[in-house]
This record gives sequence, C-alpha cells and structure tokens, in this order.
Amino acid sequence: MQKQLASVPDATGHFGPFGGMFVPETLFAPLEELTTEYQKASADPAFQQELQSLMRDFVGRPSPLYYAERLTQHLGGAKIYLKREDLNHTGAHKINNALAQALLARRMGKKRLIAETGAGQHGVATATVAARFGLECVIYMGAEDMRRQELNVIRMRILGATVVGVHAGQKTLKEAVNEAMRDWVTNVRTTHYVLGTAYGAHPYPAMVRDFQRIIGDEAREQILKAEGRLPDALVACVGGGSNAIGLFYPFIKDEKVRMIGIEAGGEGIKPGRHAARFQGGSVGVLQGAQTYILQDANGQIELTHSVSAGLDYAAVGPEHAYLREIGRAEYDFATDTEALEAFQLLSRLEGIIPALESSHAVAHTIKLAPTLKKDQLIITNLSGRGDKDVYEVARLLGLSGKA
Amino acid sequence: MDNRIDRTFAELKQKKKKAFVAYITAGDPHLDQTPGLVLALEKAGVDIIELGVPFSDPVADGVVNQLAAQRALESGTTLAGIFASVKKIRQTSQIPIVLFTYLNPLFHFGLDQFKTEAASAGVDGVLILDLPPEETKADFFTRDGLKRITLIAPTTPESRVISIAGISSGFIYYVSREGVTGMQTSVSTTIQGQVDLIRKHAALPICVGFGVSTPEQAATVAHLADGVVIGSALVSKVAEWGKLPDLTAKLEAFARPLAEAIHSA
Repeated sequence: MQKQLASVPDATGHFGPFGGMFVPETLFAPLEELTTEYQKASADPAFQQELQSLMRDFVGRPSPLYYAERLTQHLGGAKIYLKREDLNHTGAHKINNALAQALLARRMGKKRLIAETGAGQHGVATATVAARFGLECVIYMGAEDMRRQELNVIRMRILGATVVGVHAGQKTLKEAVNEAMRDWVTNVRTTHYVLGTAYGAHPYPAMVRDFQRIIGDEAREQILKAEGRLPDALVACVGGGSNAIGLFYPFIKDEKVRMIGIEAGGEGIKPGRHAARFQGGSVGVLQGAQTYILQDANGQIELTHSVSAGLDYAAVGPEHAYLREIGRAEYDFATDTEALEAFQLLSRLEGIIPALESSHAVAHTIKLAPTLKKDQLIITNLSGRGDKDVYEVARLLGLSGKA
Repeated sequence: MDNRIDRTFAELKQKKKKAFVAYITAGDPHLDQTPGLVLALEKAGVDIIELGVPFSDPVADGVVNQLAAQRALESGTTLAGIFASVKKIRQTSQIPIVLFTYLNPLFHFGLDQFKTEAASAGVDGVLILDLPPEETKADFFTRDGLKRITLIAPTTPESRVISIAGISSGFIYYVSREGVTGMQTSVSTTIQGQVDLIRKHAALPICVGFGVSTPEQAATVAHLADGVVIGSALVSKVAEWGKLPDLTAKLEAFARPLAEAIHSA
C-alpha cells in the first residue's frame, strides 16, 4: 500500500491538480500524524491480519459477485454481475472503511470516534465498530437526512452512538461534514474523525480508497473465476465516491475496462436541483480538498438535491476528478426518477432491494447493457441495501403498509 | 514592503501599548453598514480591523460567526462589494484592514485578480484560514504589498512554527485553543509557552485570539502577546443590535472598555 501512496497521490495528497490539504492550521499536524500512522499500519502484518480476520468474520467478506440473470435477460444486452456490498454486515460498503479506521484509531490511542453521515450507512458502520471496540461515538447528520433515513438513526442509537442533528444550511451531508470538522478541530487530541468517503484532506481520499479497494480486488478475482476474463465495464454511484473508487482502483491499469461513475442527477441539471458535480460544477476548494464542486458565481457552495441522501453532496472525491481529467474514467448521471425506477425493477426482477444510492448505478446499467453485446460483461456495484429507504420510497410512490 | 499594519505596530511599540485587533463579518447585517461599524470600532480604540469574508461553509467558525456569515450572504455580500466597502472606509480612515477568509471565494474570484483589487481597494493583509503554507503558490503574497497573516495553533509543532514564521508578514495570529471561533469563560493556560516558542522563530508581532470576550480576559492576554484579537464577542453584539438604529453607537460603547483594558495592559 505504501507503494501506491507514493505514486498517486503525492506525499501531500495531490492527484494531479486535485486533492491536497486545505485545512485550518489546528488540523494540519494531526493529519500528518494520521498519515504517518496509516503508513505504519499498512506495513504492519499484525494490523493487516487483524483487519482481514474481522473482514471475514465480522463483516462477512468476501461479498458475492452475483450474476443477475433475470435483469440481464430483461435488458437483452451485456451480462450483468452485481457486486453484493449490500450483503455486508450493516448493509453497505461503508463498514470496510469504518472498521479499518477504528483499528487505526485504537492504534493511535484515540478513545472517541466521530463521523458525518448522509444516508446513515456510514454512521451505522461507525457506530457498529465503536460498539465493537468499546469507543465513544458521536455521529453528525443533517436534520433532513435524519427525517428521510430514520431507520438508520434508530440503529445508531441502539448501537449506543450519540446522533447530533445538524440544522444549518440545507440540513444534509455537507453541513454534517462541517459540524464533524468543527468537533474534530475542538477535540483533535482525543478524537479520531472517521471520514466516510474518499474525500477531504489528505490522507483521507487515499486511505479510504485503500480500505475500500477490497471491493475491486475481490470483484477482479471473482469475475476471472466466473468468466475467465475481465469485465468490459464497471458501474458505480458516486457521492464522495468511496464505493466507486474501491471498485475501480484495482482495475485502473486494465485499460480496456471502462470505469463509469454515476452522479445524482436529481430533478435534472439545474442549479440547486441536482448533485452532479461533473455536469454543473467547476473546480474549487471545499472541506479540505481541491476538486469539482457545485458553486455559484461568487464561490459560495450551491444547494444540492437528490432523492438519495448519500449522493446529495456538493463535492466529488479528488481522485475521481483526476481519473476524469486523465480520461481513465467516465462520469454520467441518473435522475431521481430513473433511480426510483431502477430501485423497483431490481426488487421485482432479482429479489434485491437496492439502496437509493446504488439504484443510480443500476439505473445507468439499465441504459448501458442493451447497447453492449451479449458476450460483454458489466460489473455494477450494489453498494448498499435499500431497507433504510423503504419509508421514503413508500412516501414517494404512495405505497402503504396498512392492513 | 512597509504598510499600515507595520506602521501601526511600530507606533504601538513606541507607546508601549498592545494592539486591539477587532473582527467583524463584512456585510453583517448589510454591507452598507460595514464602513460605519469599522469607523465606530476605530473611534472606540481598535487598532486593526479584521473583516470576515462570508462563506457558505465556514468549518473553522463557531455558531456566532456562522450566523453572521449567513446574514451577510443573505443580504447579498460579495467580494466585489467588500472591496467597494473598504474603498469607502479609506475615504476617511487609515486603520489597517485584514481580510479574514476561506479560500474558495478567492479561488473562484481568481487569485491574481483578488490580490490586485484588494490592494487597490486599500486592504493591507489577508488571512486565509484553510490555505496552509504547503498549498500556497510561492509568489502569491510577494507582490502587491499585501501582508500574509498566518495562523499558528496549539497543535502546531516547532518545525511547522519555523516554516510558517518564514512565510508570514504583518503579524502572526496565535489561536489560543483547539476549536472553532467563539467566546470562552476562561483564557487558555498554555498561551505563554506557545507565544514564547513563536517569538523564538519570528520577529513579527504576535496577536492572540479565539475565545477572548471580556475586558479582564483581554487584559490577561494582552500581557502575554503584542495584541489581542476579539471577534465573536463583537459579532454577537452586531447580531443582537443589528436592527437598532443606534447599532454603531452601541458597538462603539461596547468596544471601548475592551480597548482600554488592552491599551492599559
């Protein structure tokens, strides 16, 4: 892992023109300490061994690579495989990173974990590992996200975490990150900030990527075993971008494998009504990193919208900006409506209820598969399951649970 | 290059006085009121003004300054408007003005254009909260005579104190505690040690802030450093009195005892 850190990003976290460490001075030295500790842990066989054993026995890895036969037949094009991160303990890929960061926090002697969460999956994952290691846990979550992801709020509270509602701004993920950063600036000596996505100041984007690359490492091995060859395309949703970079990273050198990240198109690409940074955004600096962000003519951060709380964010992970810049990955978007249709189609055809975030990747797969030949292969990352979304979907679709 | 900041500290040193650095958010409650508030603070005895550039996502600020930024943005404050406001202040006042800002509004404005317009409006220095020396293009502050005010925190190790001191000009702002901006009931006990450490490596004046809100605290801190920064205490009064017709007179009256405490320390 040290070798990869040495290539991209550079020593202070730059992926070409993106990334970096744009933080208040109080956080600079702690981030450097985290980088050093992370590098030491990466090279420490005992750390790796403990992580691997917990990934197997606590998280339930490896997650299956599942051939979605009926979806494939329905679409009549490429063969579709789903990487089943939804089957992980706690129901999403977020646990891969939260578990590894908790081990790192324990190594650094930090007794308190804080995290931001949008959809609540990262909050649940952090609350879970905090319980597992006996650490104090505070989760910051936008008040609007607490409403639409109430199930996860209750899970976090059952797990013993304190969930702090954030009422600033539009009350979603960006405001939760602001509040988590303020907590960290204040309590940095005792607290580890378990950032949940491949975003923020160095070392987070690279570190989270490395903790999530297990998705792609497994998928690569699994598809080679199932099909004897690499896939033609990878599809993943991109909020901050951790599930996508986790899937993509081990395939970066396989240049024939298309890597497609799907942002939240919300109600269409109009200011304030979407979260597709590569569609309506421009380069700026937010929450520690230089990357594509949604901003107005004065450099103020724009409002965002998405049916999925986990993608409803104004900035995209810096490595995605880099992969797009060098032409290695492509980025498209799916709207709320398309995601909701994909949510229902996958539920009905495969018996799998996807998270609304992952439904964006499924929505693009629905568009992509028919354009490819039947012997071509797609791996779509099913980054999380949709249990958390059932009440919000019921509200949006007018479904009832009454007798 | 000599500018108003250097001259102010030189004069204060001659009089054996410490500097009162006052922070308010530009455009709070409205940019039309900012020049009047700055002049009132000067009349009360403030030596240097820090004008906050409002940003939608102020991660280093506590709730008082967050709300101020929100009010300022809601009333339409922009960088161009702030430059016009500084120009207006310069018609009657030579008080040193530092812009206290997050990077993105400057980045989006264009850094070169920002420097040119800030200097020509009469801004003397810039403090960019989320731009560490490591991310700064080497030539950013060397032209146009804008001073680069930097932050040093309790978590800053000596090696970084040296590198930060090396790129600073005007003065160094020591953040007296880990945390966001805001008022505290007591003054940190570790100030003296860190101020001594900074002094070992920097010839610049050192101002201490974050959490100072009363004349007593201000006097205590003034004894330890070359200046005291007071922000949230003033901003909370702007919030409280923002709609009153005598806002400027009231803020002046509030700031005067703070100035007296600092100048007699």
